[in-house]
Amino acid sequence: MLNPHLKLNPRIFNQDVEQVPIRKGFGEGLEKAGEADKNVVALCADLTESTMMSFFKEKFPERFVEVGVAEQNLVTIASGMAAMGKIPFCSSYAMFSPGRNWEQIRTTIAYNDRKVVIVGSHAGISVGPDGGTHQALEDISLMRVMPNMDVVSPCDAIEAKKATLALAKSVKPAYLRLAREKTPIITTEETPFALGKAEIYWMPDVGLAQVGIIVTGDLMYRALLAAKELEAEGIKTKVLNLPSIKPIDMHAVITLARETKRIVTVEEHQVAGGMGGAVAEVLAQNYPVPIEFIGVQDKFGQSGTPDELVEHYGMGTPSIKKAVQKIIQR
Amino acid sequence: MSFLSDEKIKELEIKANDIRKSIIEMLLEAGSGHTAGPLGMADIFTLFYFHILKHDPKNPAWADRDRLVLSNGHICPVLYATMAHVGYFPLKELKTLRKFGTRLQGHPHREYLPYVETSSGPLGLGLSQATGMALADRMDGKDKDRFIYCFMSDGEQDEGNSWEAIMLAGKNKLRNLIAVVDRNNIQIDGFTENIMPLEPLADKWRAFNWHVIEVGGHDFRALNEAVQEAQAVYEKPTVIIAHTIPGKGVHEFERDYKWHGKPPNKEEAKMALDELRTLGGKIKSEHQ
Repeated sequence: MLNPHLKLNPRIFNQDVEQVPIRKGFGEGLEKAGEADKNVVALCADLTESTMMSFFKEKFPERFVEVGVAEQNLVTIASGMAAMGKIPFCSSYAMFSPGRNWEQIRTTIAYNDRKVVIVGSHAGISVGPDGGTHQALEDISLMRVMPNMDVVSPCDAIEAKKATLALAKSVKPAYLRLAREKTPIITTEETPFALGKAEIYWMPDVGLAQVGIIVTGDLMYRALLAAKELEAEGIKTKVLNLPSIKPIDMHAVITLARETKRIVTVEEHQVAGGMGGAVAEVLAQNYPVPIEFIGVQDKFGQSGTPDELVEHYGMGTPSIKKAVQKIIQR
Repeated sequence: MSFLSDEKIKELEIKANDIRKSIIEMLLEAGSGHTAGPLGMADIFTLFYFHILKHDPKNPAWADRDRLVLSNGHICPVLYATMAHVGYFPLKELKTLRKFGTRLQGHPHREYLPYVETSSGPLGLGLSQATGMALADRMDGKDKDRFIYCFMSDGEQDEGNSWEAIMLAGKNKLRNLIAVVDRNNIQIDGFTENIMPLEPLADKWRAFNWHVIEVGGHDFRALNEAVQEAQAVYEKPTVIIAHTIPGKGVHEFERDYKWHGKPPNKEEAKMALDELRTLGGKIKSEHQ
């Protein structure tokens, strides 16, 4: 059942569940953050509409900087603005920022300790028809390996809004990963959110869970569908929503592993070095258990619909269920 | 902060010479680091820290200070030596350059030495940070109250990121942004015009909507006038292309790209210090 304490969307399993792009939550959150703090500024590299920075731009044109198609400049300009007390959010597609400008982010933001939020939109395979060049599947690894950099990957638009507001107030540099496609609304305005905190979204009606499923980002919906179907088939799971990949909620991860003794990680990203890798690092050192990794298996993507691609690359509900069934046999 | 008397120029010359001596001593002690660039930029650093900059070494975090962003962090021996001579930290600390636990990292790092405006070293990143600072000042209506300076090398004009910044600053007409390019014509692998020709450099900046001033990089009066002109230009950012002699002050090191990235050994340092002690022959007796 859905965790009754978290006030999750009760309509989540309805056929007509409301669907909103995660990036839209960011756009709304940034506008609110701009209202709350006049030091919040926004920079974009010629993708203002697609990254939904347009809400902020319309409301605060004097605090918006268009840098053109120049992602290296995007983040270094932001660093300079942060040096003068601004709180810059800079957005582009994840493939280009942090894909193209990683060293600029490392030197001028992380190493320099400048409070900048790098917003990578259109992350993951679900960008779809644009094809492999535009499907960022390495960005979580790229960013979480960087010292002094937080990494956040929300599961729906409402969580993205909360994450944006929280990041505007936090003191550290951060990477916010967003997906392009419409995603079912999982949480509500009342669902608790805090940076660095993970929450159990699905749990058995009674008794202990046999498998723990840890999810980051927009695959949460598919993971919840998998958990529900598995329950009907007699397999009890717990699903942990892990929006903060760094800092990771070690307590939540270890507690889940202690209960279930088996973990499946789910992310729309390469399995190498992503969220699953972060979970494996925590568990290998603290409570080693078998893990199955759902994600892209060392491949580039291709054109297709988001559903076709998610299924093809083994990240759909059937693949998640299969991984759970497999790990029970291990 | 404008007029330079003959007396003041003499003072600056002696100060720059002292800074060059410190640079040689630091590099000898460190056993690694860059020689040519720091010596070549010593006059410009001296002029800025002892005459032009609005700053307070006793209150480094003063919010209204000018900002000086050093983009090519590898010439930091001249930055550290100048900052020590002007009073940011004790001269004796210069000997810790590049040693374990030092505040004077091989390339500047704010975490260790908060008096530097940015951590730097990887090339092509300084001007965009300075541009961001100037943009923030414009938003806050502070662009008439202070200047944002960025010291860059000519080699880092090879970097695409430099031109992205040049384009954006030109677009935004950032009047309080002043770049100073150390046009010493050398980079690690050789002469700039052989590695990747930059000329016509002034025309390139001009085409990106910058005001361009070319000046000799060792002429205090001309440099000071160039900065005054740059400060007076209202409708554009300004770049001062300063023609410097790499290794300036030590005859053996001058104009030779081999001195870009190596320190002097004991004999070379002694020879350099002997030459600097007489201010290149201008002073007959050693006054130390």
